[in-house]
Amino acid sequence: MPRNDEPVRYMERTRDYYRAIGYDKDYVWAAHADVPFARLGKPLRETRVGLVTTAHPPDKSNHDANGIRHVWSGEVDPLAKLNTDNLAWDRESTHTEDRESFLPIEAMRLMVDKGVIGGIARCFHGAPTGYSQRKTNEVDAPEILKRLREDGAEAVLLTAL
Amino acid sequence: MSLVSRHLEANGLPTVIIGSALDVVEHCGVPRFLFNDFPLGNPVGHPWKADMQREVVETALRLLETASGPRTTVVSRFAWKEDDPGWRERYGKVDPAERDRLIAVGEARRRRQQELKQGKGQ
Repeated sequence: MPRNDEPVRYMERTRDYYRAIGYDKDYVWAAHADVPFARLGKPLRETRVGLVTTAHPPDKSNHDANGIRHVWSGEVDPLAKLNTDNLAWDRESTHTEDRESFLPIEAMRLMVDKGVIGGIARCFHGAPTGYSQRKTNEVDAPEILKRLREDGAEAVLLTAL
Repeated sequence: MSLVSRHLEANGLPTVIIGSALDVVEHCGVPRFLFNDFPLGNPVGHPWKADMQREVVETALRLLETASGPRTTVVSRFAWKEDDPGWRERYGKVDPAERDRLIAVGEARRRRQQELKQGKGQ
């Protein structure tokens, strides 16, 4: 069998899967012609960087009684544990037992020690993943921005499972 | 995550995403993206490969300073495990022979969503 080195077309695969499980309306992925761009206000080695993840807290306390996911935050702690049960990732090919493989807190600390960045913001923040782009744009993203500013973050690394 | 990145950037915070769904992220359009061609779940590097993870993180962070404009995508130098060349074919694959099972999965999902809407969820 010839080896296929092309990146996986996740939008196409997701569409085919949802059709196969009986949905007749395809999900419309976000698409934008214009992309915002901000420059660092100071050298990277002096910049405090915040972290954003799509993972959940171990007790899934970011879910409300109706199953809706909300923004949550955790202390940047090398021992922090997270939950990935309700997220879409490739369970047949890998695992998420090494938190650093999806939220690199220890690697970020080494970047501070090495002088690549000036520091790490006090908390990392959890971004809900869901179907509603309106909720992401109007509720979740502004809340994450607010929390990052409270932490004094000057730039942000987002790691998406 | 792409929409969050865009919102932060529009409000003056430079961002960089590390991820493995190239098509989704580029379709949305983000300022800076480091693409690791790995199965979904380990965007920062293979599990327990700390050296790889550190290099990936450093490469992404440096993009905060070096990217000259939006839609900057950099492809990581790392590949998935050599002993698993078939990983791209597995995720979410629809097997026509499993049609009935997949329909049942969908029906269970829709029932669950309906229950949540009616406030019966936990």
